[in-house]
Order: sequence, then structure tokens, then C-alpha cells
Amino acid sequence: MSELVPEPRPKPAVPMKPVSINSNLLGYIGIDTIIEQMRKKTMKTGFDFNIMVVGQSGLGKSTLVNTLFKSQVSRKASSWNREEKIPKTVEIKAIGHVIEEGGVKMKLTVIDTPGFGDQINNENCWEPIEKYINEQYEKFLKEEVNIARKKRIPDTRVHCCLYFISPTGHSLRPLDLEFMKHLSKVVNIIPVIAKADTMTLEEKSEFKQRVRKELEVNGIEFYPQKEFDEDLEDKTENDKIRQESMPFAVVGSDKEYQVNGKRVLGRKTPWGIIEVENLNHCEFALLRDFVIRTHLQDLKEVTHNIHYETYRAKRLNDNGGLPPGEGLLGTVLPPVPATPCPTAE
Amino acid sequence: MAATDIARQVGEGCRTVPLAGHVGFDSLPDQLVNKSVSQGFCFNILCVGETGLGKSTLMDTLFNTKFEGEPATHTQPGVQLRSNTYDLQESNVGLKLTIVSTVGFGDQINKEDSYKPIVEFIDAQFEAYLQEELKIRRVLHAYHDSRIHACLYFIAPTGHSLKSLDLVTMKKLDSKVNIIPIIAKSDAISKSELTKFKIKITSELVSNGVQIYQFPTDDESVAEINGTMNAHLPFAVIGSTEELKIGNKMMKARQYPWGTVQVENEAHCDFVKLREMLIRVNMEDLREQTHSRHYELYRRCKLEEMGFQDTDPDSKPFSLQETYEAKRNEFLGELQKKEEEMRQMFVQRVKEKEAELKEAEKELHEKFDRLKKLHQDEKKKLEDKKKSLDDEVNAFKQRKTAAELLQSQSSQAGGSQTLKRDKEKKNNPWLCTE
Repeated sequence: MSELVPEPRPKPAVPMKPVSINSNLLGYIGIDTIIEQMRKKTMKTGFDFNIMVVGQSGLGKSTLVNTLFKSQVSRKASSWNREEKIPKTVEIKAIGHVIEEGGVKMKLTVIDTPGFGDQINNENCWEPIEKYINEQYEKFLKEEVNIARKKRIPDTRVHCCLYFISPTGHSLRPLDLEFMKHLSKVVNIIPVIAKADTMTLEEKSEFKQRVRKELEVNGIEFYPQKEFDEDLEDKTENDKIRQESMPFAVVGSDKEYQVNGKRVLGRKTPWGIIEVENLNHCEFALLRDFVIRTHLQDLKEVTHNIHYETYRAKRLNDNGGLPPGEGLLGTVLPPVPATPCPTAE
Repeated sequence: MAATDIARQVGEGCRTVPLAGHVGFDSLPDQLVNKSVSQGFCFNILCVGETGLGKSTLMDTLFNTKFEGEPATHTQPGVQLRSNTYDLQESNVGLKLTIVSTVGFGDQINKEDSYKPIVEFIDAQFEAYLQEELKIRRVLHAYHDSRIHACLYFIAPTGHSLKSLDLVTMKKLDSKVNIIPIIAKSDAISKSELTKFKIKITSELVSNGVQIYQFPTDDESVAEINGTMNAHLPFAVIGSTEELKIGNKMMKARQYPWGTVQVENEAHCDFVKLREMLIRVNMEDLREQTHSRHYELYRRCKLEEMGFQDTDPDSKPFSLQETYEAKRNEFLGELQKKEEEMRQMFVQRVKEKEAELKEAEKELHEKFDRLKKLHQDEKKKLEDKKKSLDDEVNAFKQRKTAAELLQSQSSQAGGSQTLKRDKEKKNNPWLCTE
């Protein structure tokens, strides 16, 4: 009978009521050096970033990615020769590169989806993409669940998906809506209006408004999602981006031209040179700053903390047939006195 | 780290691509750090040492504040752990600091089990984290990490060598936590004795195979300083929260008749080194080691104990789940068996009790019958007695009436004779009458 009685375990250290001590007045301790320590550590380990580009062929996806990362990371489809046909189904091509800047090394993986939206019958053409994304989550989950885990699990999950909207000037196509509806739940989608140099300023702003409205009406949450805004600061900043700038109307180019004595990236047309990084011409600079300079880490975190966790929870639920909320080994491990975590389940 | 190392890590097919301009992802570490700063940091220190070695004072000195708590007595029956959490704020960095102290360590007469509460406590923290990690719906990024990141082991300044209690405890703890041994109250040892003491301690630790925490030397910027510090282990520290005026500055110090010991003077003690190493240089590394080495080891052992195994990658997709199911059924079966056993035992006990009670009832009935019989016998006897008494009384009455009759007759017949007789009777009252 005595085996049923659990051994009394000591209560784990529980933050009963943290006492706030302002130590500024009493002398310098050095706690803020942890920022430096952390920074050094992360620079040593390096970063992973996986970006997926989705859109019909000819919308300038590869050019845009090359412009974003200022290097030839994507092979342009225009280099296809006539023998290569358009693929029959959506293919997924992931190519990895290592880029370094300012001591920071990043392993960038660009995932291209040739064949999306190019067939006559495009039903379910998002399925291979969804499958690929879920496969990456599965890979990560398997590594995480291992008993002897790797020190650093290689992260191949898609952090960001740039969806290219064709600049018709009217509204979103049914294919666009279907794709975004399905995928906004599993990955961070950033809608982008491609080849924006075909629209005038008024057409551009009208189109953007219409697109925003349609996305809202269809309940499509693109990144940055409203529900994940953490504090007021984030909320106001993200609201501004959501309601004014997105979707970004971009122009991509990797050719340089001389404008006003400076060398700029641009597209040369008979009626002028469209400067890619000029905010008056297109919103490329906004997109670049948004994705790379301010929200890169956030993209990764939302993928890890929210999309991946949703996938994991669903997977464990389906496989184990356990009621939601119950621990994986809840009935197996001997009962431990509940640790009142500050966050509720 | 060379670019080739990264390329190798990254796998085939990944080439380094040169950048044609400023992209801007060098702000990535800043983005990461900003996020962490907004979330705040956790740091948990465990102080192990005998009562009276100055653990609380040292913590106060390290963090420049006065933490709560009265000093412990020496009469604790067993070792207990006392933990407190504090929110410290410096510039824009918030730190949730948890300090856990042993209470009553080394005070008992029999110290064989002294290390057990400490080991159990550390394991309980790992367990809590593991439970959270294995939950289906988890919030790991907002979880308050209570795992112990650093263990400061306080060595008494005897000047000779480590006590056996110290060795045993450190041996048990070295695979579970980062141990940093320090010599407490080191103003009790002179300089020369101190060097000998340190050498003795280090050699004892090495010969007993105790793995203490080594400051990391693989990052060039800190390799040098960490390397020199590793040679100074164990640190000889002095704690003091009193401030005395020395020269024209207020410093933390201890005043003796023969001089003043300054806490922050590197020539007097290693306090500054300890603070540098613990907080300013290696806090992040301590946290990482705890997570990637000690916690992983605990997790691996725990899961293997449970019976889970890693299958090869191309076999069943989710073996953990299936093993869990099997285990679950097994345990359910066992549970049912135990239930059956208990039920049987219960039924048996009930039967026994019933039989007992029946016996008792029977006995009582018998007793009652016996008593009743006795009572009846008694009653009968009494009635008999009464009857005989009544008979006697009746007989007496009869005789009395007969005698009276006779008396009246004889008094009528021969008065004098009777008178004489009466006189005789009177004189001889003892003549019986008939």
C-alpha cells in the first residue's frame, strides 16, 4: 500500500512575492552587463532565417529577395531557357546561404515556390506549401522530443512568407484570398504588392486600401498580427504599420544607375529611373527596414512561440488522444506539488 | 569562429555570399537583446554552507542591498532550504533574483543525509521545468525559470583541508549544478596560509573527481580574464554591509583592533573577483550551462528512467507518443489490479469484523441468559423463604390463638388453678405453654 503514497518532496522555490529593491542608489552591481554577455553569445552562435516567397511567376520574387539581401541569393527564373517548362505542380526549392555583416553571421534560406498559381487549374495549389511548412515544424518537434538532444537544434521553420500580389489595381484574386486564408494560421504572411511601378500614386493608395479592406473582411491576419501585440508601445507601432503601410508596394532591382551623382539601385525606363530605395518612388525601403532591421527577431519569435506551439499542441493532441491541457506525462510521473507559475495555463 | 566553421555547421550546399551593400541585419543581436530586456532576466543562486559562515552577509554585499531574513540558529533538526525572490533594477535591466540558502547545514550530529534535501531541491526545479516543457499547451517563453544557475559552496576557513561533509556534498552536486567554491570569512586566515589552503583544496577536489565550474575560455574577449580567474579558485571572500570611512571614501569594511579589512580591496580578499566572475562576466554563461548541460542531463536520465527511448529517425514518426500509450495502459492495468487487491482486502476485513461482532453478540446473549437465570433462582429462593416465613407466622398465629383459647377455657374451668398456674406461670415464665 505504501508505494501509492508519494514521497514528500520539498517545495520548489516559488516566487512568493518578489520584493522590489531599487539598487541604483546603493552602488553599482553590474547586472546590466548581462546585455553585453548575451549579445556576445548570440553573435558567436549565429542566426538562422528562413524566408519563403510565394507568388505567380513573373512577379519579381527573386529580384526582390536579391535586392533585400543585396546579393545573389536567388536564382532568377528569367534565366530559365526554353527547354525548362513551368513545373506541373508547385515545387519547393530551398537554397541556403551564409551572409555576414558587422560580425553577425546569418544563415539565410530562401524558399522559392515555382509553379504557384501558374496552372490552368490552381485548386489546392497551396497544399504543397502548407505541407512543407508543417514538415519543418515536424522536423523541429522530433528533434526537440529526443532524449539526447542536440545543443542547437537546426531551425528550418519558415519564419516569414512574402506573398506577392499582382498589381492589377482592382482587388485581390480569389487565389490570393484562398492562399492567405489557409496559410495565415501557420506562418507569418507579409503581403507585398509586386511591380508597383506600374501604378500611379493615387492608384497605389486606392489599391492598398482595397486590399486591406478585403483582407480584413475575409478575416486574414497578416503579420504583425493584432493578437500578438505585447504592450502598448508595440501596439501603436504595429497599428501604424498595419493601417498605413501594409501591404508594401515594392519595386525590386539589382542594377545600379547613376542618379544625381550617386549610385543607386533602380530600374531604367524611357521616362525616368525608378529608384528602389527612394521612399517617394516605392516602399522597398520600408519593407526592408520592417523585415530586417526591426522585426527580424520578432518574426522568429512569433514563429517559435506561437505557430510552432500551435502545431505542437495539435500534434500531441491528435496522436495521444489526450484531452487538451493535460500534460504529456501527467499520469506517469509521480505527483509534484504544483508550481504556481506567474503565467496561467 | 572562422567562416569555415560556420559553413561546415551549416551543411552542404550553403555558400558564403558576399554582400553588395549594407543590408541591416547586424542589428539582429540588438533586436534580440531588446526583447530579452523587455522580458526581464532570471538568476537563481544557491548558497550551501554551514550555519554562521556568512552566506546572507555575502549576498547582501554582492548585491548591495539588505535582503530579509534573520540569522538561523544552530538547533535545526534537519537541513532545510529557504528561498527568497527579489526584483532588482539597474538602468533598464530588470533582474528577478532568487537566493536559496541552506538552513541548518552541518549542525546535526549525524550528517549522512545532509546533502539529500539540497539535491532534491535542485531536482525539483528541473522537474518543474521538465513538466512545463512536456505540457501540450505550454508557455515556455514566459515561464519563470527557477532552476539553480550557480551554487556558491562556502568552505569553512579552517586552513587545513576540506571537511568530509564538504567533499561528499560537492560530489553529489557537481553533476547537477555549477559549483563555485568559496572560502568564507577569509579574514581568519593569513596570506601564506591562504595560498596553502587553496592549493590543498584544489588538489583534494581534483583527486576526488569533483567537477567545479570552470569559467569559459573559448571566447577571445573573456578568455584571458577567465583563464586567470580559474587559477584563483576557490575565491577567498569577506562579506560586510557596514560602511566605514577609509581615507576620504566610504567603503565596505570590517574593523578590528589591529586594522581594517576592506571588502573591495583586491589585496585583502577576492570579493571583487567573485563579483566580476559571477555577475559581470559570466552570468549568461552560467545560465546557459545550467540549461544546456545540467538540465539536459537530468532530462535525459528522467526520460530514460520512464522507459522512453530514441528510435532511429526513419522509424515510427512519434515513438514518444506510442511508448507513452503503452506505459499508460500498463499503469492503468496496475492501477486496476491494485484496486482489486484493495477491494478484496476491504471485503475480508468487513467479514472478519462481522464475525467478531457476532461472537460478541452471542456472548452477550449468553451472559444475559445466565444473569436472568440467576435472577430467577434468587427470586425463587426468596419466595420460598417468604413462604416458609409466612408458614411460620401462620403457625405462630395459630398457636397463639390456640393458646389464648386454652387460656380462656382454663380460666373459666378452674380459676384458681389457673391463677396458681398463672402465678406459677408468672413466677415461672419459662414454663412453656402449650
